[in-house]
Formats: sequence, C-alpha cells, structure tokens
Amino acid sequence: MTSSVKPPVVHRDAHRSIRDPRYGYHSFEIGSFKFQRDEYFVRVTYPKGTYVVDVGNFLRAMMRDVAWGFFYGWVNFDEVFGTVNRYGTVDVFVGSYNAGYVAASTDFSECFDSATLFTCFKALLKDWTNEGYDPFAAPLETGSPYGSRHGNNDQAVDFQRELADRFVGLPGDSQPRTDARGFPVNRHFDDVPQHEPEVHAEPGFEGQLAAFNLFAYLSRSPVTWNPSVVSIVGESAYCPTSEEHILPILHGNDRVEWFLQLSDEITWQVADKATAAPRAVITMKAGDVAAMPADISHRGFSPKRSMLLVWENMTPGLEQRYASGELAPTAAEF
Amino acid sequence: MTTATKFASVSDFEKGGVEVIGNDQPRRYLFSNLFDVAAKSQPWERVVVAKNLEFTIECARAEGESPWYLSGHDETVLVMEGTLAVHFVQPAVVPGGAGNGATRLSGTPSGKVMGHVRLQAGHLALLPAGAAYQIRPAGLCVVLFQSLLGAESIERWAEICQH
Ligand SMILES: [Fe+2]
Repeated sequence: MTSSVKPPVVHRDAHRSIRDPRYGYHSFEIGSFKFQRDEYFVRVTYPKGTYVVDVGNFLRAMMRDVAWGFFYGWVNFDEVFGTVNRYGTVDVFVGSYNAGYVAASTDFSECFDSATLFTCFKALLKDWTNEGYDPFAAPLETGSPYGSRHGNNDQAVDFQRELADRFVGLPGDSQPRTDARGFPVNRHFDDVPQHEPEVHAEPGFEGQLAAFNLFAYLSRSPVTWNPSVVSIVGESAYCPTSEEHILPILHGNDRVEWFLQLSDEITWQVADKATAAPRAVITMKAGDVAAMPADISHRGFSPKRSMLLVWENMTPGLEQRYASGELAPTAAEF
Repeated sequence: MTTATKFASVSDFEKGGVEVIGNDQPRRYLFSNLFDVAAKSQPWERVVVAKNLEFTIECARAEGESPWYLSGHDETVLVMEGTLAVHFVQPAVVPGGAGNGATRLSGTPSGKVMGHVRLQAGHLALLPAGAAYQIRPAGLCVVLFQSLLGAESIERWAEICQH
C-alpha cells in the first residue's frame, strides 16, 4: 500500500437485538446502525439521519447480500443504502455513492468484520421473513412480505446455491438438476427440451468426460437472480442464472463482468458507480453479449423468466488492480 | 398468458443494443450478438466475444469437421445451435511449447481413443485438459468455447461490437 489514507476502524462487536412488541419483529443494532421493521417498511437510523425502504425490496436485496457472502464489490440495495465487500471486511453505507448525499455531507459509512456483519444480517433476514414469503422467488411465485411477524421461512432463507468445483456431472462434483433431486421445471420454461447429452467414455476413461443440458438445468432453477457455478476454467467461472422481475440489487462492479443472454430478454439500467447518475440502458435479446465495466452499477429487468449466463473472473486481488487504475475499467479497447 | 421461451439462431436472431444517457459510449459495453458473429465468420474461426484479462469466450461457426485441438488447461463447449459430436483422443505425443488457449494440431493425433459425446442446442461439455478433441457437426452449428486467449483466438471487436 502506498496510500497515506489511514485504514478504517473495523467494528468487531456482535450485534444486539430487541423484540419490538408492536409488530413482533426484533430490531437490530450493529456499530452505529439501527435496523427496525414494521408491517410495510424498514427504517435504518445512522448518525446522520434516517433511511426508509419498502420491506419487500429490502428483504430481496438482503437475501442476495447474505447468500452471496457480500458478493463482488458493491451490493446497492437502491441508490442510497448498501454494502461494499472488502474481502475480510465489509462497509455498510448510506449515501456514500450518491452525489446528492455526498454533496449534502449526509453520507455515512462504517467498516465491519465480515463474519460479524454476516451473523447480524442473517439473523435479521430470518427474523423478518414471514411464513409463505420467499425473498429469492419472483413476486408471482410467492406470498406477501408484509404484516406483523407470523411464522418463518428458514428453508427459503437457508437456500444454498450450487457451486461446481470443476464441471457439473463429474464424479463428486455438482450434479444436473432433476425432478428426483427436487428441481421441477419452472412454469415459464415448460417448453424447454429436457434431453440430456450422450456421454460415451471408453474403458479406462470413465469419469473423465462430462456433459449436461445447461438449458434444462436453468429451466429447473427454483430461484431468481441467484447464479450457480457450473464450470471453472482457471479463474473463469460460468455462473448461469434464471431471471424474472427485477434484480433486487444494483450491483456495483469491482471488476469486469460479462452477460450472455441465452434466452428471452433483459433490460439493464446502468449507472455511474460513484454518483448513481444514469449512464445507459442496455437491452439484451437471445444471443446478445455485453460487458459491464468496472466503474458502473447495473440492475436488470426481465419481463419473462429468462436464461442469463453471467461470466466472472475470480482472480484474487483483481478488485485492487481495477481500483488502483492498473487495469482499465473496460474489457477491451478498439 | 403465453410463455414461449425465445431462443435464437443464425437464421432467426434479433439484436438489442446500448442506449447511452449523456456522454457515455456504447463501445464501453462491447455489445455483440453471437449469432450475428457466427453468421459473418468462416467455419472454425474462434472469434472472441468476451474477454476478461487472459480468459475468453470464443464463438465459432461450427460447419464441417473442426481441426483437432489440444489445450493444456480445461476448456468447455456450449452448443447454441444445432447437433454435433465431440471426439476425444489422448495424444501419444504432446507437442511442447504451447501457451494458453487451444492449439490446432496438424492432422489426426495418434493415441488412445477416450470416447465421444453427442450434444444438442443447450448442452455444455467439458473439454478436459490434455485431451485432443475434434467437433463433428451435423449441418450448421454455433458453439461457444470457454477458454484462454491463445493462438487460435481472433479479436475483431470493431467489426462485431456496437460503437
Ligand atoms: Fe452483476
């Protein structure tokens, strides 16, 4: 590090939670933040003010932040609130990447030990998710997030995405999705062919060849906006996902990320990562390919369930090479 | 409601595109369509449609038998259109000095036959490190290779991308 900027204070104290008798939910305090929910809204108070958001939007975003272990870079719940993954620590911020908040000096950010913050967010998500509501599901496939506390949906909140070590179908690795494994075909994909490839390995080469139907695999995804990993080549990971309705976060890239639209259509809103100013609208139809540069945030809109191949570069330390300017934010110049 | 799933092909694709707001530039998003790329390619040109440092996704118009390829690292092939077979041979002699990416072999490699896979549109297959492979399409196919930048990789961004 050549920077003279002092490293931030890292908060490591566990969260505190108190039951609110009005609605039955707990409120959660960690660092200088306090999180409360009522029947419709989440209220976050922090030293410079208050942030209020619809609870359904908040839970859908929180579900991804928790399930992805804070993901790559910025997980903006909206243009105001979110987290930044520093890989070991995580910033929680209000307004830090919003030009209006920054200009008014009402922006605020605090740095937390990742595991400590994860424990808090997971507990919050479990406490605030009611019976019959799945934050991973498309709105037409689940119940309402609203109302006072009733039951829970720990099964949905504990959903684990499938991460292949090398390739789906190899012995000991992730396996294709089937009815028997609890992955029925989604209602929007009942016209997707389900035939599997023929794999003929000669004696002595059993288990070395592998192939599977990726479109069938995606047609059986029970969740939305939640990439799995199906193949790894070096640090290159194919992370396909099925998408419906709105990506619950604005993902701010700390590296270049690529999208290959395999079926149907998604429209992306692209904004400046530092200011939230709009930069582009990108419509992707089947066969379209586009890069998300390392200096933007993006949010997708999928009117019908669609198949998207997200392509990531998992090289450790890549975020610093982009942040320092060593690497250009774009994937290629021409 | 109608929920027909829309896949595309060389003879039936429709491109979306980038609309910029303010002074952004479409070229920053390297927007292309893989069926458009395949429509304008020679058979078995491996055109880079996505690049992340040394890693690539390469699109090929798969028409007629491919050359035999070999790579020192895993690759994958995703069939986006058509039906094909991939045949694998464990080469008796591995040519030295090859860098990243696929290497084109001259002729058919001698060695043990490892087997083959038969694929249709939507199927993803592993091309294991060290296994020579040849792709035999039935008619016109379009495939994507997950690989690394190498001697066979062709970058023609200005021709394929919106700008
Ligand atoms: Fe993203």
